Amino acid sequence: MNLLSLILLPLLTAVTVLLCRGGQVKWVAFAGAVLQLALAVALMVAYSHQRAAGNIAQMLFQQQYLLFRGVNIGLHVGVDGISVAMVLLTSLVSLAGVLVSWKIEKMTKEFYFLLTLLALGAYGFFISLNLFVLFFFLEISVIPKYLLIGIWGTGRKEYSANKLALMLMGGSALILVGMLGLYFTAGHSFDILSIANMPIPANTQHLIFPFLFVGFGVFTAMFPLHTWVPDGHSSAPTAGSMFLAGISMKLGGYGCLRVAVYLLPEGAKQYANIIIVLSAIAILYGAFATMMQKDLKYMNAYSSVSHVGFSLLGIGMLTQTAVTGALLQMVSHGLMTALFFAVIGMLYDRTHTRMVGEMGGLLKVLPFISTVLFIVGFCSLGLPGLSGFVAEMTVFVGAWQTDDIFHRAATIAAAASIVVTAVYILRAVAQTTMGPVKNEQFLHLKDAAWYERLAAMLLVAAIVGIGMAPGWLADLLRPAAEIITNRIAGK
Amino acid sequence: MNELLTLMKSELVLTVLIFLLLFVKIGRGVRNEALLPIIQVLLLLNFIVGFFFNGEGSLFGGMFHTSSLIAFEKNILSLAVYLISLLFAGWLKKSQHMPEFFLLMITALLGMFLMISSGNLLMFYLSLELSTIPVAAMANFDLDKKRSSEGAMKMILSSAFSSGILLFGISLVYGATGTLAFAEIPAQLNGSPLQVLAFVFLFSAFAFKLSVVPFHLWAADVYEGSPIAVTAFLSVVSKASMAFILITVLYQVFKPLQSIWYNMLVLLAMATMVVGNLFALRQQNIKRLFAFSSIAQVGFVLVGISSNSTLGVASVVYFMLIYVFSAMAALGVAAVVSHHAGQENIDGYKGLYKNNKFLSWAMALALFSLAGIPPTAGFFGKLFLLAAGGERGAYWFITVAALNMIVSLYYYLRVVRAIFMDANEKPIDIIPLGNTERLGLVICGAGIILVGLAGGIFNFIQTLH
Repeated sequence: MNLLSLILLPLLTAVTVLLCRGGQVKWVAFAGAVLQLALAVALMVAYSHQRAAGNIAQMLFQQQYLLFRGVNIGLHVGVDGISVAMVLLTSLVSLAGVLVSWKIEKMTKEFYFLLTLLALGAYGFFISLNLFVLFFFLEISVIPKYLLIGIWGTGRKEYSANKLALMLMGGSALILVGMLGLYFTAGHSFDILSIANMPIPANTQHLIFPFLFVGFGVFTAMFPLHTWVPDGHSSAPTAGSMFLAGISMKLGGYGCLRVAVYLLPEGAKQYANIIIVLSAIAILYGAFATMMQKDLKYMNAYSSVSHVGFSLLGIGMLTQTAVTGALLQMVSHGLMTALFFAVIGMLYDRTHTRMVGEMGGLLKVLPFISTVLFIVGFCSLGLPGLSGFVAEMTVFVGAWQTDDIFHRAATIAAAASIVVTAVYILRAVAQTTMGPVKNEQFLHLKDAAWYERLAAMLLVAAIVGIGMAPGWLADLLRPAAEIITNRIAGK
Repeated sequence: MNELLTLMKSELVLTVLIFLLLFVKIGRGVRNEALLPIIQVLLLLNFIVGFFFNGEGSLFGGMFHTSSLIAFEKNILSLAVYLISLLFAGWLKKSQHMPEFFLLMITALLGMFLMISSGNLLMFYLSLELSTIPVAAMANFDLDKKRSSEGAMKMILSSAFSSGILLFGISLVYGATGTLAFAEIPAQLNGSPLQVLAFVFLFSAFAFKLSVVPFHLWAADVYEGSPIAVTAFLSVVSKASMAFILITVLYQVFKPLQSIWYNMLVLLAMATMVVGNLFALRQQNIKRLFAFSSIAQVGFVLVGISSNSTLGVASVVYFMLIYVFSAMAALGVAAVVSHHAGQENIDGYKGLYKNNKFLSWAMALALFSLAGIPPTAGFFGKLFLLAAGGERGAYWFITVAALNMIVSLYYYLRVVRAIFMDANEKPIDIIPLGNTERLGLVICGAGIILVGLAGGIFNFIQTLH
């Protein structure tokens, strides 16, 4: 399996999109996204084969090229279970994103070009084993995000685009400093695997860890640096929100784990309690803030803050089960929130409102979309059988393993948020779908078209698949999580 | 004789160009339209010739000195001048005195070449003057505009002032060490107060030319008043040459005073980045915006210079190469828009994307490169500068630099936002873009993409010495 094809294929798609005209553009983008999904599935199959054949190397399919000889910077790619899962998530969300944007008319070519570029950045990020290249791919998505929100967005789009670009740039600035710190203390190398073998003094780890963790934390909406999320998500076009919440926020979580926690275990131990406190606050604050929202997009944005808090909580607990749970939550939240934004987009395209209060009785008019809304709502509140339950449950179990009052209290506080989640989700879903139809114009609305159905089915299938049979995903993630937590435990 | 030909090859080529232009000027009846392509080809040849027959060694008892690194630095400057002849073709064709413009510009370039190659403070001073005075005349090239004359006047006065300080510094150096030769000064330096004072005066002159805060106040007015072509020359070519010679002076001549200049450089770099960026935030005029942003960029260059290592040299030269492409592209688009639509304010760029897609993307690419966002080369340039600055473990210093990248992103995004997002009832009409301008922008765009992603270029610079 050549991992570079994961970068080259989106690049090829993007270039082809630029060369096409008019109606061909979306078909090219669609074909590209389907091929990416096929490639991601092929990667997963090849990866499982290797593992089944007894290959126990930490990273598989490695490839290495030296780019900047004098400073020892090179392209180094390779995957473990976490990367494979994330690549799969990216390909699913980007295919769904292309599908829901089928009817976009304003500057179609530029839209799909930027969307493909976003996916490219995410693939590159998840397979890089070199900090420099990883950072390059992280940053590459700043321009597409900014332009997607600013040009195709709604509401206060310029403000949101600016806020998002500047806050993410701030996160990158911190990562950059931390990265250079690692480079100089770990023998002038950016290579993740070779840095991991370097003895880094505990003092240095304590110094560098906050830069890296907070930097990636901005990307994953760590409290109190989450403020770009509500504005960014609510102003972005549907596919943009799906990418932002489904993939981009996962870049941060992945970076926190792979770079900050994995490379600086002493730093992780030092600051674990702060991470736990912040994520517990994020979980509760996000849940209560969601209760106050009337706009569906803002609702999902704030509930994302709350849900992503579970991943950070899992990471902060530093046990194998909790970290596996955090990773499950990242995948599950990525799928779920992308689907949620897709449904909101479908509703908005038809009713031209996102206010919960102005909708009502949509189940009669739009049965398909409303059903999907039910499913995604249940997933969000953690109904067993859907992916959200599996992930949150694993985090709680993992968190409960540390038996002191502090960890227990944080776990209980986090678990309490589920009640709040149930309140806002049930209320929103009930108000939009049940009761009498509030607006007569709604009676003539058409239900989802084929492309919308396809996008929704894809994501629903993944959510239900993980919820019903979480074993395969957990088996994929657990060994990789174990390597990270073993380092922390000093094994 | 043979040695003279190889070592001073680039200077001799420029001298031949100057004479050719003089003859053209004396002879009558050559139209600008016919002359400009010839000059462009000559400048291109000058750039290409720069890569061949490069010697190493010194001449005139150490007064003049060249090496593979210096030859490469000269190539960067030649490239920038060639790009100026392409990108500002529209303005140049309309100018009544086009031959004189090139005459002055190439003379200034010759001064810079000699300055980079100088091995003696006296030689340095003379060539610095040769590179400054023609530029002041160029700044006055928009003869019918009052601001242009005002800018030229400010430029002349401030450079005269800085020259005075420089001469004072040089005389103090001579008094304290008894020599002016670069090779002999280091042995005489012991850190006595007089020597430090001499160094401070000398360094202030550099700071003036590089528009380092607090010596930056002349820059914005001069850049705004001058024609954009001259702004480009001042903010790119002139600054690059000063940065190159500053490296030689600090790393070789004043190496023994390293502990002193390191602290100075750190403070000045931070002040320059912060002040340049903060002033740029409020600018409405695009030329003033670029003026202050170029001040901030110099701050980043100082971060790289402060490392005092081979990585520092390589990162500065590499960044300057990238800066040539990025700044030239941005100013080139600004010149085209200003020339055809008369818009120099950011608000005037609103809705530019509607009718001028190529120009908009060129500008956006250039701005993202200036802001240091991948996949553009500016990202690699900034990153290597910061890596060089971080070599000594001053993390708070590179943290300040990294945070400044956020501030700069804000004002670059203002322009992007105006071009792509802001609605405008009457956006700028389709601007007829000449072939030479298009070629120039394509070269810049290719440079912005390729110089970063092709790691070979940085590796090559690192092998130079």
